[in-house]
Amino acid sequence: MDVLFGNLGEFLTRFGGTIALFVCSAIASLILGVVLAAMRVSPVPAMRATGTVYVTLLRNTPLTLVLFFFALGFTKLFFYLPFFLLAVIGLSLYTAAFVCETVRGGISTVSEGQAEAARALGFGFTQTLTLVVLPQAVRSVMPPLTSVQIALLKNTTVAAGFSVFEAGGFYRAVNERGGSTLVALLWVALGFVVLVIPLTVLQRRLEKRWSVAR
Amino acid sequence: MSDETVGAGAPPMVRMAGVDKHFGDLHVLRDIDLEVARGEVVVVLGPSGSGKSTLCRAINRLEPIDSGTVEIDGTPLPEEGKDLAKLRADVGMVFQQFNLFAHLTILDNVVLAPTRVRGVSKDEAQERARALLDRVGIAEQAQKYPAQLSGGQQQRVAIARALAMEPKVMLFDEPTSALDPEMVGEVIEVMAGLAKDGMTMVVVTHEMGFARRAADRVVFMADGEIVEVTTPDSFFSRPATERARDFLGKILTH
Repeated sequence: MDVLFGNLGEFLTRFGGTIALFVCSAIASLILGVVLAAMRVSPVPAMRATGTVYVTLLRNTPLTLVLFFFALGFTKLFFYLPFFLLAVIGLSLYTAAFVCETVRGGISTVSEGQAEAARALGFGFTQTLTLVVLPQAVRSVMPPLTSVQIALLKNTTVAAGFSVFEAGGFYRAVNERGGSTLVALLWVALGFVVLVIPLTVLQRRLEKRWSVAR
Repeated sequence: MSDETVGAGAPPMVRMAGVDKHFGDLHVLRDIDLEVARGEVVVVLGPSGSGKSTLCRAINRLEPIDSGTVEIDGTPLPEEGKDLAKLRADVGMVFQQFNLFAHLTILDNVVLAPTRVRGVSKDEAQERARALLDRVGIAEQAQKYPAQLSGGQQQRVAIARALAMEPKVMLFDEPTSALDPEMVGEVIEVMAGLAKDGMTMVVVTHEMGFARRAADRVVFMADGEIVEVTTPDSFFSRPATERARDFLGKILTH
């Protein structure tokens, strides 16, 4: 308890950092992932190819490497950005590949008749996708999509590796002050469990709300 | 548009000329020529696999064709793209499997296309949607989702959804084939009402009763060809070809 209460301020700010990283990356990865999924089912071959290459590259690369690239390489190659932003970019790009594949799986569960009915009413490809197919696809993949986002939440700890102020670094802070690293890590683990619960609740709620509507 | 659109000089609502289509080795549409006049109800009959569904779907190009032309109200169907989408908006289609948008309420199903394709205001679209739902007898179910309705009710909503676009012609692709027998009647009633109101219709069906009652002409297809085009009366009482007699024998004797 001493480990926690002695460093409560540190603990809370660090989890605040985790939440900020997560929320920004979650939003960005969901948007980018859905766009990528749309590209992968697009009738334009160049779009499909771009989507496929993106997913293959990002999904097959360890997250640590992706984040190291942004922490070390990006600023040198391009221009300066704060570490927090670089971490958000890295996490979003990485997670978007998984969001894309999950949503694409959802698209294949939507019957062809739905898209045909939309086209028959005069909708073009983009409208058919955004008004009819994607809303149903996303609903059908809520559980795996939540898993992807939970994985993202936990992946934020990798960002600690390049000095973003977040929960994964709590144990080091405690250690420097002579506290027990092991206990500190247990508190961090507990903190993550608590953070994941609202996501699970949200998933259940949405599933329940959408159960009739598909 | 001039004021002489109705009359002898007006083009047929649907014109198919020399339409061919293959599925791999299978020749599903063979040199199809068909004209449907304004206000005419054409019922397409034929054994399963005769190509009648494909013919129906070729009219709004949901099914691409290999060669030949399809014209709607004098305008040839363009390549897939914005212009085709625009033309499709004028062609209502009702499917065997209803294909109502599963994530939208009944009302939103009917409102979606007029607002998003035609740019009708939401209030106006809702008002018209309610009137249409009332016309097909589903007004009380407007806030439900498709999965909460029976097949017959869903199909009537699908008809209302297509009518909401104020189409020039309505295509029905086996609209009652997926329904329980006791629900066929309610859908047929709605279709017969439309026919009476002067809607141009192309109906692929197995409902001989509807063909007798509402059709101006019957098109009989077999093996991807149009074999007979005649009035319902003459088709059912004096089929001219062996294939038509064979088909009628099979469906009428059981």
